[in-house]
Amino acid sequence: MKSLVKATSAPTVPRQAVPAYTARPTGRQRAAELLQRQGVLAVLLLVVLVSSFVFPSFASLDNARGVTVQASFLSIVALGMTLVIISGGIDLSVGSVFALGGVLAAWASQWGVLPALLVPLAVCGAIGAVNGLLVARAGMAPFIVTLASLLGARGLLLALTHEGATTYLVPRGSAFAELGGGSLGGFGYPVFIALALFAAGGLVLQRTSFGQTLFAVGGSSDAATLMGLPVARTKVLVYVLSGLLAGLAGALNAARLSSGVTIIGVGMELDAIAAVVIGGTLLVGGAGSVSGTLWGVLLLAVIQNLINQIGSLNSSYQSVVSGGFLILVVVAQRYLSAARRST
Amino acid sequence: MTDVPITLAARGLDRSRVAGLLQRYGVYGAVAALLLFNAVFTDHFLTVDNLRTQLVQVSPVVIVALGMALVIGTEGVDLSVGSTMALASALLPLYLGYGLAPALLLALFAGVVVGLVNGSLVALVGLQPIVATLALFVGGRGLALVIADGQLKQIQNRDLLGLGTDSLLGIPLVVLIAGVLAVVIAFLVQRTTFGRQLVAVGGNRAAAALAGLPVKRVLIGVYVLCGVLAALAGVLATARLTASDPSALGNLMELSAITAVVVGGTPLTGGSVRVLGTVTGALLMQLLHATLVTHNLHDSTAQMAQAAIILVAVYVARERRSR
Repeated sequence: MKSLVKATSAPTVPRQAVPAYTARPTGRQRAAELLQRQGVLAVLLLVVLVSSFVFPSFASLDNARGVTVQASFLSIVALGMTLVIISGGIDLSVGSVFALGGVLAAWASQWGVLPALLVPLAVCGAIGAVNGLLVARAGMAPFIVTLASLLGARGLLLALTHEGATTYLVPRGSAFAELGGGSLGGFGYPVFIALALFAAGGLVLQRTSFGQTLFAVGGSSDAATLMGLPVARTKVLVYVLSGLLAGLAGALNAARLSSGVTIIGVGMELDAIAAVVIGGTLLVGGAGSVSGTLWGVLLLAVIQNLINQIGSLNSSYQSVVSGGFLILVVVAQRYLSAARRST
Repeated sequence: MTDVPITLAARGLDRSRVAGLLQRYGVYGAVAALLLFNAVFTDHFLTVDNLRTQLVQVSPVVIVALGMALVIGTEGVDLSVGSTMALASALLPLYLGYGLAPALLLALFAGVVVGLVNGSLVALVGLQPIVATLALFVGGRGLALVIADGQLKQIQNRDLLGLGTDSLLGIPLVVLIAGVLAVVIAFLVQRTTFGRQLVAVGGNRAAAALAGLPVKRVLIGVYVLCGVLAALAGVLATARLTASDPSALGNLMELSAITAVVVGGTPLTGGSVRVLGTVTGALLMQLLHATLVTHNLHDSTAQMAQAAIILVAVYVARERRSR
């Protein structure tokens, strides 16, 4: 049944455009692949360049500092989502886990930095492990499993905060608050933490056997099983990582806000998925890159910032533009990947 | 697709038969059990007023879930339903000055457009449904906010408000609409060519295409239906709220609808649509929430219980279909 899902979720309608491409040299396919991988970066650079000329306030260092620290939390969540999507799954629980991580961190910060980090990581990692086990061992659809943990994690958060009535505050002047609020050269610590995590994520994907296995599992779970790869273990690990990263992002955000806010993170899973998809990672799994996700998150953040710059524009336009971008990118991706696969 | 293979060993057959019964009737059993529990242990539960309130509250979810069931039947999913509700709600006040009919038509037309976009992205471009509908999930609510200028607007039109408050023969209009739609959708699925094509496309799209079925048309039609139903739910929710609230209306509706469909026994892998199950699934979640809250368990517990129910329902469904 698993394999059937996989096979039919890929587009199965015969495409007439394919024969036309096969006659062409592979240069075109290579260009398509490059575009698919780095197209977002090109768009991002273009948007940044153009808006620097149009809005003088956009190009300021202060603005860059603001945009990057805002983007850092989503980027950490999206990093985990990238790994999950490469494995052929999806994690809808990250928004709730992000909020839960923040509340747990703020609550535990009364005992110091270490508990403030370890408690959310332990709980959120455990939620990820449950997700992973249900997906990998029980063979349940990732969409539904993580939908349930989206509800469950938010329920847990509500229970912890007495139905949202209690807000846990990070003690003033604690080292934990410094972790979220401190800065280096004006750039917030979360920015550097996010960059370090992305570097690590890139290395893991490209240079480790776990990374190789992950691509193989996402490409074809059955083939990976036949090759003797640890499919189940890889899938479980991916969801654990996603839970850990979402929890960490939530903790850092709580450190920055100095409190565990209960109402954040709603819809964050879809922002993260959008960033991953814009970044060129295919939702069918088996392909993708963490750098693309980073550019995807930055592009979304820059668009939001631009709309704030254009003071006259209603901030609601942000989601309209994001949605439009998403359509453009995925449609382009669809055609590019059709061109690339026509060997 | 849901047939049990004949070659199963006896033990496997028994297990899968039990699981199959559970999957088929579990949701009805659960609703019956909850009703019984409440009849015995909850004061004032079996009053006409209370039952009416429960039904009125669940009606928009039922209407959205009916459309979602069709989409899931084609192995798709529509994340944009909540945004579509908001969009319909935001459009309502624009033409309300000319009367209910033009405003209603415009709101439903928005649902058609949303469905056309989603359906075209899925059927013509070949995008995965989750991505195709994600764009309008993100953009649709923004569009609704832009149209409404980010503001909540009180509704004064009596005709529209009547949709939310009026009753016919003692049955609230909202409930009646949801009930009629459920019957219509059940008829559509079981008795029409379109219904059979839908199930065939969901079961195996390649085979359906080879068999000469109008795959693309069916897919687009399904998303349009889902969009229109979501828009209608948005209109009814607006009427009940007595205000057009594009920022909050329909939030998380996609999750409630998917839950109702899945708990009702429609497999996410497509190829089958359980209309009665979907309605019962929505009722189950509503009753569960009401039960937990009236017994002084909080929203948090209700949410965790909801999560557990989803997992159990899907686990049971998995047992039945795995070999």
